[in-house]
Amino acid sequence: MSAPTLEVRNLRTHFFTRAGVVKAVDDVSFTVEAGKVMGLVGESGSGKTVTGFSILGLVDPPGRIAGGQILFKGRDLATLPEAEMRGLRGNRIAMIFQDPMMTLNPVLRIDTQMIETVLAHAKVSREEARQRARDALGQVGIPSPDERLKAYPHQFSGGMRQRVAIAIALLHKPDVIVADEPTTALDVTIQGQILAEAQKLCAQFGTALVWITHDLSVVAGLADDIAVMYAGKVVESGPVTQVLDAPLHPYTLGLIGSVPSRNKRGEPLRQIPGMTPSLLNLPAGCAFRSRCPRAEPGCAEPPPFAEYRPGQHARCIHPHQEAVAA
Amino acid sequence: MTAFLLRRLIQAAAVVLVMSLLVFLGVFAVGDPIEILISPEADQFERERAVKALGLDLPLWQQYLVFLGNALRGDLGRSFVFNEPALKLILERMPATLELAIGATVAALIIGLPLGLYAGLKPNSPVSKGIMATSILGFSLPTFWVGLMLIMVFAVQLGWLPSTGRGETVTILGMRWSFLTSDGIAHLIMPALNLALFKISLVIRLTRAGVRETMLMDYVKFARAKGLSPARVTFVHVFKNILIPVVTVVGLEFGGTIAFSVVTESVFAWPGMGKLIIDSINVLDRPVMVAYLMMIVLLFITINLVVDITYSLLDPRVRLEGKQ
Repeated sequence: MSAPTLEVRNLRTHFFTRAGVVKAVDDVSFTVEAGKVMGLVGESGSGKTVTGFSILGLVDPPGRIAGGQILFKGRDLATLPEAEMRGLRGNRIAMIFQDPMMTLNPVLRIDTQMIETVLAHAKVSREEARQRARDALGQVGIPSPDERLKAYPHQFSGGMRQRVAIAIALLHKPDVIVADEPTTALDVTIQGQILAEAQKLCAQFGTALVWITHDLSVVAGLADDIAVMYAGKVVESGPVTQVLDAPLHPYTLGLIGSVPSRNKRGEPLRQIPGMTPSLLNLPAGCAFRSRCPRAEPGCAEPPPFAEYRPGQHARCIHPHQEAVAA
Repeated sequence: MTAFLLRRLIQAAAVVLVMSLLVFLGVFAVGDPIEILISPEADQFERERAVKALGLDLPLWQQYLVFLGNALRGDLGRSFVFNEPALKLILERMPATLELAIGATVAALIIGLPLGLYAGLKPNSPVSKGIMATSILGFSLPTFWVGLMLIMVFAVQLGWLPSTGRGETVTILGMRWSFLTSDGIAHLIMPALNLALFKISLVIRLTRAGVRETMLMDYVKFARAKGLSPARVTFVHVFKNILIPVVTVVGLEFGGTIAFSVVTESVFAWPGMGKLIIDSINVLDRPVMVAYLMMIVLLFITINLVVDITYSLLDPRVRLEGKQ
């Protein structure tokens, strides 16, 4: 069996601030195969975005990758020299950002921003680069791409801008795309279109997609596998249907419980009490224990990341192994 | 664009009209030139003849209307002292001031932009901290003192650069320029640097603040995520964004430099407009004062217009304004 497209192993990305070390990502592991979608789920501040930036090698000081491996087709990106990393960025590994209003440079035309991406990685003429940019725009469903190439970002709506950003990510038909909440800032209808588009394109090109989101319903419809993050750690991972239907970790159960749905109409929404802990000087043991209904003294010890069902791992000493109605 | 320009022209005309009234009243309030211009021994008859010749016997509003009528024909009056058209006197001096101001502005950009860029990209390096600390000196040291120090060091002690005048000049289009001869450039260096000092500090600080702010933007990170080289990210993605505030402020500063280079021109005996206006105020040469101030008003209006146009070239979001 060949190596998976992307394998993150025990990744640790820490920020060395004056106040102390912030372990934004602390032991995160997951694997994405070609053509598959990995949903990386968690609350704000759980380290999902930093995980994404770590894969791209875009963590800015005072942060840096403090341990673990990011294997891209067997090559470790965590130790790759910057020059080689730059050759992969936007070429084999692309990223789509959260806020489409902010990702395009307001003072440069769309064609400039697309052509420079083509020319950064391919030795082609400007005309050829423009042609590719135009095709990419057409691919993501932007009408009259020739005209739109000459426009500036402010002449596009949010959804259109996100399509442009996706088109830029797709320019070199990358092996991996890291999408950081790309639909959060968009209307629900546009969200649906973008999701369908992403799914279609990944299947078409065999791209491994890491979809970072806090929205479980998006993951349910899109992802093959899921990794739930809490306070910098993956607390549960596994095939998406299995994890969502029979969550092991109390946190995953809590997340699912807080999603409004039709069959819970009339009942008050279940919330997870408390809030995410500060990542600065996090105490040892399970970070969720202060909010967990099943916490017990043993939770003060770091829980192991164990496989409780085939393919389904959880970082908990007392998982919900019985069937639970979510 | 045409509508925008037309609207700006109408605004400009209104501003010029209001300013002309203010300038005229202001200069009238400064004092009566007759006391200075006519020798104390002159008799009543001579005095009245002089007053009549200068048009000072009319009531103020009539004097203003006469001035306005003449001004529309391009005649801003004759200097009481030199008995030459005031406009001609000013235009003769203008190249000197212009090349001083342009030299200072170019120096400010050439020195300030790279230093500011460096300080913005590497905010924690000792060099950046040194740049920022020095720029505070640039802001706070008085121009005349720095000018005198420059003369002391480079002209008196080291003897590298001349301290006064414009040096050799070349006549082009009927105007004398010194930046085309090596002697002229040697004369230009010190006054231009002196005048640029404040501006260099300003550009450094603006650029640094702009870079620091822009570097945090998502589009810079996205540009890096596209795999662009650091040079392309800095000089295309970041630089074009920081140019917007820099162009605005430097443009406005340029007007100020031309209008108020008086101190530097006095210290270095630079025969520009600033020196002319100081001399004219001393002898209450009203037409020259009025003409000078009107020139400055026009200059500011023109510079503002150029800044606005440049701004719209740099920032596409401004471009559509006035195009309805």
